[in-house]
Amino acid sequence: RRQDVLTVTPWLAPIVWEGTFDPEILDSTYGPLNLTIGVTAFAVGKYTRFVRRFLESAEQHFMRGYLVNYYIFTDSPQSLPPMRLRPGRRLVAVPVQKHSSWQEISMRRMEAINRLVARQGHQEVHYLFCLDIDMVFHNRWGPETLGDMVAAIHPGYFQVPREQFPYERRSSSAAFIPEGEGDFYYGGAVFGGLVRKVYEFTKTCHTTILADKANGIMAAWQEESHLNRHFLSHKPSKLLSPEYIWDDKKPKPPEIRLIRFSTVKKNYKEVRN
Amino acid sequence: RRDVLVLTPWLAPIVWEGTFSRDVLNAQYLQKNLVTGVVTFAVKKYWFFIEGFMASANKYFLAGHQVNFYLFTDCPEKISHLQMAPENHLFVIPVQSGPRWQDTPASRMATVSSYIQRQFQHEVDYLYCLDVDVQLLAHIGVEIIDALVATISSWQSTPEQQGKAQEAPGASPEGAGHFHYTASFYGGSVAEMYELTRACSEGVLEDTENGFGARWHHESHLNRYLLLHKPTRLLSPEYYWEPEL
Repeated sequence: RRQDVLTVTPWLAPIVWEGTFDPEILDSTYGPLNLTIGVTAFAVGKYTRFVRRFLESAEQHFMRGYLVNYYIFTDSPQSLPPMRLRPGRRLVAVPVQKHSSWQEISMRRMEAINRLVARQGHQEVHYLFCLDIDMVFHNRWGPETLGDMVAAIHPGYFQVPREQFPYERRSSSAAFIPEGEGDFYYGGAVFGGLVRKVYEFTKTCHTTILADKANGIMAAWQEESHLNRHFLSHKPSKLLSPEYIWDDKKPKPPEIRLIRFSTVKKNYKEVRN
Repeated sequence: RRDVLVLTPWLAPIVWEGTFSRDVLNAQYLQKNLVTGVVTFAVKKYWFFIEGFMASANKYFLAGHQVNFYLFTDCPEKISHLQMAPENHLFVIPVQSGPRWQDTPASRMATVSSYIQRQFQHEVDYLYCLDVDVQLLAHIGVEIIDALVATISSWQSTPEQQGKAQEAPGASPEGAGHFHYTASFYGGSVAEMYELTRACSEGVLEDTENGFGARWHHESHLNRYLLLHKPTRLLSPEYYWEPEL
């Protein structure tokens, strides 16, 4: 039980923090369902260097005991490290084009995920999580995270008043959120849910991203801005606390008892070229 | 709300005043174009409660949204003209009542299950069973709408309840479930309600044949079912308060 943090949203979606759930009860509910959980992650250009640590840590902490498919989108499948995975878990390399800029790559992700789901994802997995590759699992990530549509609270903004959320503020953008509106600031590094919900969500986001492109505008935080716009009008059914989307550069406040998934230190200039 | 538990260990929200925004929830409900039904039984002397129940339910139950009231009764002729809110519908369904009082709650589950299959599933998305001898005193809105919803019994904290040992098949293992639910107000999607009523009617039938009159009749079977199929949302005792307490 947690009294120091918000654990239910005003639309009655649970917010998952350490101490709010009993892993045994959840495992006994979800375990027998024989679920396959999918993970998408993009390792394009120099980002392939993050794959090993991502997968090794996922093997340790992500959905242990469940069937898992890792879909690694990459422009160089040959540079993916050979990995021995636990039984019931497999790696699928999904070829993608390399684009001109990291922003472009980032924006094309929604489309790529959507197409994967349409092509094969919907038959292969029940739930799908879309994660950033330049991150590492440090602690349990289990069925407490499963839900129809799941978003994660951005670590930089969970204790910050709404006016300071970096929503897209230009009304000409399809990701526009006016002042005075907004529930949370969600991070683009983690989202997921039932595979058909992820399909709908990625399709909508891709549409709004294209709309902006046609108008010659790029949202403040690329797809993260569009994700936030979407989740304002179509509220997630479950939220993950920043334990599930941490930034190691930040000092850990007392509310964060456990870090489950966080960024890897990197030189942004170097990897984004 | 920090004074109460708002989330179960399996991450189902527990609905208390102050934990939700009805405006936001109403917007979501309207987006999905949902219809909700209410099932209630008014058998033998309980016909007396119909008028009060329908008056308060029309006023307070999902006010502003379409509600289908399915009223099962053995004396339809005793029902005076009931004023329904314009968006609501009333369906009076005649039933036979059993020779012993215990039969009525027992066969309720079977009746509801059968009606879900042949009628309700085509008319509503969500269905709630309410005891007729209740009066709604404040708004009960779309915060109750979820796949499988049960109300925490206001008897929860009475030591007397916790000490009860039962040998009948309807007995719930003590301590294994965290909550005791009242049979006076529960519901969910028609699919979930079909499974629940079917499972509970079979359990109750078994008890009657074996000669056990399961304590609390169908309430214990309901609780056993909900122990194995955890509700996706719980309603706090605000939603059903036993007046005798």
